[in-house]
Amino acid sequence: MPSAIRHLLFIVVPLLVVFAILPGVYENHLMLFNFVVFLILAQGVNVIYGFTGYLPFGYVGFFGSGAYGFAMMVMHAHASAPVAVIAAGLAGMLIGLLLTPLLRLSGAYFAIANLASSLAVLHFVANPALEDITRGPYGVSLTATFNPEAAYWAALVVLALTLGVVVYLKNSRFGLALQAVREDPVSAGMAGVNVVRMRVAAWLASALIAGLAGGVYAWYVSVFFPDNVFSGTFSIFAIVFALFGGVATIIGPIVGVLILYGVYNLIGFTTPQYFQLIYGLLIMGLVLFLPAGLVSLVTRRGRHVP
Amino acid sequence: MLVYALVAGLLFGLYFSLVGIGLNLVFGVMRIVNLAHGDFLMLGAFIAVGVSALAALDPLFAVPLAFVVFVLVGLVLYRLLVPRLQGSVNPEMLSIILFFGLSQVIEALTTIAFGTSERSIDSSELGAILAPLRTALFGGDADGPVELFGQSFPASWAISATVSVIAIGLVYVYLYRTRLGTLTRAVMSRRDEAFATGINVDRVSAAAFGIGLGLAAVAGVFAPFMFGSVTPAFGEDATVTSFAVVVLGSLGNPLGTALGGVVYGISYMLVQTYLSSWADLLPYVLLILILLLRPSGLLGRRVRVA
Repeated sequence: MPSAIRHLLFIVVPLLVVFAILPGVYENHLMLFNFVVFLILAQGVNVIYGFTGYLPFGYVGFFGSGAYGFAMMVMHAHASAPVAVIAAGLAGMLIGLLLTPLLRLSGAYFAIANLASSLAVLHFVANPALEDITRGPYGVSLTATFNPEAAYWAALVVLALTLGVVVYLKNSRFGLALQAVREDPVSAGMAGVNVVRMRVAAWLASALIAGLAGGVYAWYVSVFFPDNVFSGTFSIFAIVFALFGGVATIIGPIVGVLILYGVYNLIGFTTPQYFQLIYGLLIMGLVLFLPAGLVSLVTRRGRHVP
Repeated sequence: MLVYALVAGLLFGLYFSLVGIGLNLVFGVMRIVNLAHGDFLMLGAFIAVGVSALAALDPLFAVPLAFVVFVLVGLVLYRLLVPRLQGSVNPEMLSIILFFGLSQVIEALTTIAFGTSERSIDSSELGAILAPLRTALFGGDADGPVELFGQSFPASWAISATVSVIAIGLVYVYLYRTRLGTLTRAVMSRRDEAFATGINVDRVSAAAFGIGLGLAAVAGVFAPFMFGSVTPAFGEDATVTSFAVVVLGSLGNPLGTALGGVVYGISYMLVQTYLSSWADLLPYVLLILILLLRPSGLLGRRVRVA
């Protein structure tokens, strides 16, 4: 059996089945939906950070653009929700396209520029001068398309697509080429890899994923403010979840989301500052003691992790 | 109005230089992105509030106190965090996440200790000790605003700008007129060669880290006057602003940061005066533009080939 099919059968399908069944047996649908959204975002971060080494510190920029892409399609074009979700993905990709020049930057410069660009998009969308188009800082309300159940299924479809992309990257020449570029762009270029095209493709795929996630999120919550959908928490959580599990694997980000977001929901929100303290310490401990993620506990022993 | 905007921009800009300079030093020497930079500013502001409220002293006394305390904090933090970080695969990227965790911890601890309420200091308290000197030199009212180019400005702005100029001058003296400073510049330009010539890179880096945090705390002392008030959550905005300033000026050069701060301050005041609803967008757009247009010129080396 080719490994791609094995990955689909033993990782992707079981995960999707579990999340398809859970709403029937578990009450807190919002939490399940958030799990799915973070699974999507963590895998989206995996596509760009895991396979190309670019740390998207402003990843939420695509997510928020997606949410607003959805809202504008519904408000101004009166589109149906599925069409608007596709438009949301395209909105994320459009921002990604605008930001492709950032890929010229390396390391920390890229991360800082990406962070700044997400904040720039936020302040642009939230500008009172654009109230007629985006409702500015006053937020949008999309009662026409309100349907959490359908939105949950749409989120599962987006998750399936995202996992499909990651499985493809893990099992294809394209994914290998990306990792070669990450390790050493000059050598990869000498070996015949089109460095720029590879990076841009991964970048746009990652932006598309976040845009789609933003679209289904907007569909699900239907009322939101710029500060909600552009909250830096989305970027940070997605990055930390992906890193905690281990990037450039299929299973790592999944494990990271299930464990960390699970812990997040267990600790609860009663005293946010204690939560913030624990979270900060956890992040620091992760970087200092387990920089390659949970999967490194296994790979260290010489075993392969999909 | 134009003269007012220009002079106010200059005063703010000099202060912004001080805000950014510590970050510049840390990044230049260690290639570490101190995302907790703004949080050290916030802590400096709390020291000023404490000195003013508890000891009923002129907040200027908080300057040496904040500097000494945070140099020591920096030395300890350096020992705890940096060697481990630099042993990992990708220290530059991981430092972003590590220091994000640290910023969360600091913000949480400050919130637990002091609550989320806004803290401010009566601006007439700043420089009260210098009042006789001021009346002797410039005449006029000891409490009133300062007259510059026919416009009047709060005295606290002028004092902050003056202290900033002195602090930047001292950094210049440190880097160019002392032995440790010369070693620091050697480490900045080529870390491995500095190591090979027998420079104690660890000691130099620890000193730079301590001084960087100390300068951040000193800048923080004036934050309540320049920004009106501070809360534990103030750190995040301060970090992004510092990045904009540092990136505007050239990296690894204190005079470059001074220039960056002034350019930033003046453009901020001009946008504030003529296009106020877009003023929030400025730091981000400026940051992205500079990164894209002049990455090598303004940022030093290490820009990706492709």
